[in-house]
Amino acid sequence: MDLVSLSIFDLSLAAFLVILLGLLSWHLQLGITQSLYIAAARSAIQLTLLGLVLKQLFNQVSIPLVTLISFIMLIVAGYEVMARQQRRFRGWWSLGIGTSSMFLSSFSITVLAMFAIIQVDPWYTPQYLIPLLGMLLGNTMSGIAIALNNLTSMAYDQKGVIEARLMLGDSWQTAINHLRRNALKSGLIPIINAMTTAGIVSLPGMMTGQILAGSPPMEAAKYQLMILFLIAAGTGLGSVTAVWFGSRRLFDDRQRLRLDRLKSTE
Amino acid sequence: MLTIHNLSSDLLPNIDSLEVLPGQCLAIHGESGSGKTLLLRAIADLDPNHANIELNHQSRDAMSADEWRNKVIYLPAESFWWSDQVLAHFNQRLQPETLGLSSEISNWQVSRLSTGEKQRLALLRALDREPSVLLMDETTANLDQENTLRVEKLIAKKCAEGLGVIWVSHDPQQRQRIADKSYRIDPTGLRED
Repeated sequence: MDLVSLSIFDLSLAAFLVILLGLLSWHLQLGITQSLYIAAARSAIQLTLLGLVLKQLFNQVSIPLVTLISFIMLIVAGYEVMARQQRRFRGWWSLGIGTSSMFLSSFSITVLAMFAIIQVDPWYTPQYLIPLLGMLLGNTMSGIAIALNNLTSMAYDQKGVIEARLMLGDSWQTAINHLRRNALKSGLIPIINAMTTAGIVSLPGMMTGQILAGSPPMEAAKYQLMILFLIAAGTGLGSVTAVWFGSRRLFDDRQRLRLDRLKSTE
Repeated sequence: MLTIHNLSSDLLPNIDSLEVLPGQCLAIHGESGSGKTLLLRAIADLDPNHANIELNHQSRDAMSADEWRNKVIYLPAESFWWSDQVLAHFNQRLQPETLGLSSEISNWQVSRLSTGEKQRLALLRALDREPSVLLMDETTANLDQENTLRVEKLIAKKCAEGLGVIWVSHDPQQRQRIADKSYRIDPTGLRED
């Protein structure tokens, strides 16, 4: 099957729709026109650059280069998690918690998938590894950002309840347990919803792209399924890690609730 | 016996020395903003502070924080509840009648309770943990005369059984009724009346 190549004109047509949306939101005074245009421009520049970089990268299979690209992706995702927090930890913690949780979850699951499932030689073949890692980082990023945001804003709102338990001699784990569970749930709901409606209501982005690019639908479905499962595992592992680190950081060595370690970004 | 020496924290005047014997009830008063609440929170180790504090000759630093707060309980002016059911907040059988509460109250929903009922239940919840020292912060502020006296009577009974109490109260008559010693807190520190 031949690939229908997209021309600049085709893309401009799609971009025109975004401009229309921007005009509409300006008319409705939503106050997001600027961020919409910036986001659209960012995606255009970033994806074009990615296309160029990947073209080069796929031609040379080198561990240092793959590692470098992976870590750049990781740091950017870490910043993104930080930026989505209404109340973030002061200092390096905000970036550190998000980044380390994504490192633990996305990297380990990508490596596992490359070794055990995809089994290409060498295992770090960038054509497989970079898109897979990107997919995992992008999705675990959302889960972790939601879970952490939920944890810190709930801790702020429920200071009285948490401290009421501490005052009666409960440990910090007992005092924060219900918030931890809620935060984890909130992080996992998007992927559960995505798996529930996959193929019925929504055709996932990756599968759409593959089919449009000419892959047989059954192959596309199998890859999509694998990606969904990996994302679910990655989001779960990442959210658990982030919520654990985050809730630990909310308390000091004397198990005091330390909301002064958070700062509001509004 | 609770002994406190050289207590210091960012927002409090330095407290040189304070001692609560078993069965003793100390009253503390002072202007609003003078640090009464922060003093009690510091003793319970809820806010960062430095102090040489011992309970029955055992240093606070040698105990884990949750163990300490299980023995030295701070009872705040506003109570918070983590479960919908009253019963879920108690470890032992609840005896609400002593404070004039309905004997059915343990089956009630927390959302149904009035401020005064919550206040009294919060006291019972703290006593339920069997602390050695209770740090009370305007515990009867929302109660009528009758229930205030019930609370005082219950505390007097617990003191007779060996409980040590530090009671922050703005009411001079109450301080006279309950306290073995009365202190005033101001920016320079703590002074006995």
